[in-house]
Amino acid sequence: MQKRSSFAIRLLLLVVLPAIPANLPAGEAAGKNVILSTTTSTQDSGLLDVLVPLFEKKTGYSVKTISVGTGQALALAAKGEADVVLVHAPSLEKKYVADGKLLNRRLVMYNDFIIIGPTTDPAKIKSTRSSVEAVKRIYGSRSRFVSRGDNSGTHNLEKSLWKQAAIEPRGAWYIESGQGMGATLGIANERSAYTITDRATYLAYKKRLALVILLEGDKPLLNIYSVLEVNPANGPRINVVGGKAFADFMVAPDSQAVIKNFGVEKYGQPLFIPVAGMREEQVGE
Amino acid sequence: MGLVWDGIEHAFRLFLAGDAEVLGITLFSLQVSGAATGLSLVVGIPLGMVLAMKRFPGRSLVVSLINTGMGFPPVVVGLFVTIFLWRSGPLGFMELLYTPSAMIIAQVVIAFPIVAGLTMAAFQSLNPHLRLQLLGIGASTPQLLWLLGKEARLPVLAAIMAGFGGVISEVGASMMVGGNIRGQTRVLTTATVLETGKGNFELAIALGLILLVLSFAVNFLLTYIQQREQLRWPKPS
Repeated sequence: MQKRSSFAIRLLLLVVLPAIPANLPAGEAAGKNVILSTTTSTQDSGLLDVLVPLFEKKTGYSVKTISVGTGQALALAAKGEADVVLVHAPSLEKKYVADGKLLNRRLVMYNDFIIIGPTTDPAKIKSTRSSVEAVKRIYGSRSRFVSRGDNSGTHNLEKSLWKQAAIEPRGAWYIESGQGMGATLGIANERSAYTITDRATYLAYKKRLALVILLEGDKPLLNIYSVLEVNPANGPRINVVGGKAFADFMVAPDSQAVIKNFGVEKYGQPLFIPVAGMREEQVGE
Repeated sequence: MGLVWDGIEHAFRLFLAGDAEVLGITLFSLQVSGAATGLSLVVGIPLGMVLAMKRFPGRSLVVSLINTGMGFPPVVVGLFVTIFLWRSGPLGFMELLYTPSAMIIAQVVIAFPIVAGLTMAAFQSLNPHLRLQLLGIGASTPQLLWLLGKEARLPVLAAIMAGFGGVISEVGASMMVGGNIRGQTRVLTTATVLETGKGNFELAIALGLILLVLSFAVNFLLTYIQQREQLRWPKPS
């Protein structure tokens, strides 16, 4: 009997005990949670790790940050599965606003996209200043190009460049990674390919990449982040007040100051430039 | 290769420094997967025993389902649990999505077919005469189950190991239903994905190593018990 029970007790200790103090969400009152759906770059750059705790401390809300591609982030909010959105695909955002799914789009910050590629620059894009001309040359020389292919903000910008160039990118040279920016940079690096990236992720990866910046500073390459609130009609149990509180927080002067200084210490330059209150045409002037 | 060494070194430094965040993530992974394994035992062991010992209509269908479930892709489990737990889904009123409870639910769905399937195999591998003999000497049903369970306990231990190993190492479901929220639902596997995405490869490797060491430690402990039991009960020759 002694042996039997000791065996059973040991099993119990091993398997069940670690489970007992599991910090289950016992005290999670409804209405205290804000679900933020956002893009990978705000999370991967580390910006939200700084801003979210500030917001939580200030307001008492608990933020659940779901970091996915911009396309999915907007779709989740339109389904009512998120309370507030922070994304970077202006044309897509405006479509959701026009449909009435998302409300009160406000600019938060921007940085820029850059086109990077191998130092040999087989498509000779370094000699142009136009991003549309650059993708034309990449297509013309059928140089390898890695696309995010995931309907993210970066992918949407890339698609708009192909559209302006009147090119349907397809073929062995056009590689669709279907992954986040970091993984995509890795693939482009290994395959010595061109790709389009936001500057923040590029800076974070720079020391591991052999790829160099070949085109920057073109106006269509502006990467503008906005915050949008969710229409309460999108579904049940949307935390409208909490979502609005987070949106207000993102454009408040204090948070904008945090954004302005973020990354300066680590990269020697800010990763994002705050633009709350500006009109879209004024950005980057 | 230098990167791997950096990662190993990083893992040691994190451990020695008792890095609060890494420690928290490690403990949390153990809690979630431990709870999920515990719950799958409660469901899976009785189910496996019933399937091994009873014949009833629809049994082969259930067995097929369990066998399929043993190889269920975690990401598919994650997708369906997510759909059920969405605010607009049938269980949306419980507001469980992106909480540890949601992760435990998904992991139970992944682990319990493994536990049930292997438990069933364990009981079926017992000598069929044993049951008749026990009944013959007048064992009651609880006594019968207890004695058979005792005989099958080593393979059942393997079932527990397989279940725990399955859930502590899965990433797809935990990512989808948990959301990888810092300080709330971040486990070792999702943190590894995140740090890789951030380009922090040393930290990613360190987290991966911790995961390896952790599952090794748990399996080592269970194997130790299993093997010691084996020695105590020499096989009849």
